Amino acid sequence: MPVLEHEDAQIWRRRTTGQSLVRWFGWLLGVAVFVYCWQIISASTTWFFVWDAPRIANDIWTRATPPKWDYITQLGRPIWDTLNIATLGTIIALFLAVPVAFLAARNTTPSALFIRPIALLIIVSTRSINSLIWALLLIAIIGPGVFAGVIAIAIRSIGFCAKLLYEAIEEIDHTQVEAITATGASRWQIMAYGIVPQILPAFAGIAVFRWDINIRESTVLGLVGAGGIGLQLSASLNVLAWPQVSLILIVILAAVMISEWVSAKVRGAII
Amino acid sequence: MSHLELDDMLGKGWRKPAFVKNSMLRWTLIGGFVAYLIAAFMTIEVNWSRVYEGLDRGWAFVLAFTSPDFISRWSDIWSGLLESIVMTVASSVVGILISIPIGLGAARNIAPLPVYVICRGIVAISRALQEIIVAILLVAIFGFGPLAGFLTLSFATIGFLSKLLAEDIEAMDKVQAEAIKASGARWMQWINYGVQPQVMPRLVGLSMYRIDINFRESAILGLVGAGGIGATLNTAFDRYEYDTAAAILILIIGIVMVLEYLSGIIRARVQ
Repeated sequence: MPVLEHEDAQIWRRRTTGQSLVRWFGWLLGVAVFVYCWQIISASTTWFFVWDAPRIANDIWTRATPPKWDYITQLGRPIWDTLNIATLGTIIALFLAVPVAFLAARNTTPSALFIRPIALLIIVSTRSINSLIWALLLIAIIGPGVFAGVIAIAIRSIGFCAKLLYEAIEEIDHTQVEAITATGASRWQIMAYGIVPQILPAFAGIAVFRWDINIRESTVLGLVGAGGIGLQLSASLNVLAWPQVSLILIVILAAVMISEWVSAKVRGAII
Repeated sequence: MSHLELDDMLGKGWRKPAFVKNSMLRWTLIGGFVAYLIAAFMTIEVNWSRVYEGLDRGWAFVLAFTSPDFISRWSDIWSGLLESIVMTVASSVVGILISIPIGLGAARNIAPLPVYVICRGIVAISRALQEIIVAILLVAIFGFGPLAGFLTLSFATIGFLSKLLAEDIEAMDKVQAEAIKASGARWMQWINYGVQPQVMPRLVGLSMYRIDINFRESAILGLVGAGGIGATLNTAFDRYEYDTAAAILILIIGIVMVLEYLSGIIRARVQ
């Protein structure tokens, strides 16, 4: 136990002198890195704009209120598109994620040496790139529109769904699989009767969870031209029509809250 | 099935139990889903000839991954990447520091009701607004540059970390905290010795996860002018310089993989 001698009395301490020195240097290094980062940010900031910010914010607020309520008649179609992007994207992603998940799970992969790393690479690379970047890329390839949005959401979701799903597959109860195997079932029958029933609740939960996230993401995909309500948002921002912007933001907030509520309800019913 | 005796079931075929037990609800769900799918497919306009033309470009992009061009735009890539990393570090530090008091305030078993309501309100607002929308507003207010991105990411970090931290505090073991209180500890000592040791491993794990998310998000903030690698990437796509874009994407994926690996090691050590 590290103690400190102080006027002939031993005082309890949590760490030895060496340990606290190492910690102290760690903190010093951390603070130095942070200060350096802050200096870089500060150097590329126009501070005049920042001091002026409260006035600008106030100005934008007065321009944006009240929202232009009758503009909502033009938002029906974009909302429908947004819903389609999220839902169809999720469905396509699930179809693609299931085989990837089975290839990535340690207990179902055909080859842990060759195929599992490939499946993991697909999961990591689709997960680490944001759907907006996928949308940018797809717009350059297949042109702007709802279709690019659907594909962007689908690709982005593969990694997420496959990761959660393969973790669920790795956690299944192995005795059930053995029982099915003992009846002389084929490889596919084991899959259908031993593994799939165990992961079905997890699968449904993942699907709804990802759908909820996708609704959020698809509302902003239009900023790069991939359809949905984001198109209206970026058009309104470009012409500085702040009352329209505030209405669109309210609509997006409502959509996000409704989808979160729906997903919480459905997940509650499943689990 | 469960009410039947074994004798009743002998000689009868077995059918898989349905996922949704109520057959009325099941067929309504299936019918509604099919109707929705048909409606969705009818309203998505896909310009197939444009998609077909784009396939060549898509293939060119896939090929670009085999020969990414790091060199010819290296100075742009490097400054963008540095800005992304700087924004990630600074916003993670500030976000984590602010989210700790808010997380304490949002835990019902620690905070009095008024504080709880205010902190939960902050968390709800931060979680409901997507990063990219916050970034648009902050760019409008504070001007272009990494400061807007830094503020956006800090704001998003607060919502994420505070909520999860508060949930962890609410689920903590009360006995330990009470023991510290019984020894006559002041409020700060109570938090420091009774609460903090219990939630620290999870806080470290969540912070590492959030750093990872912040980096991924910082890659898109450049699309709306909030600094980072996103602007460089957008330019590369616009100029159809797929080899440069591929290089940037490879860098992003690589950094995310390194971060995930590091956070895995750190989480394994603290838990």
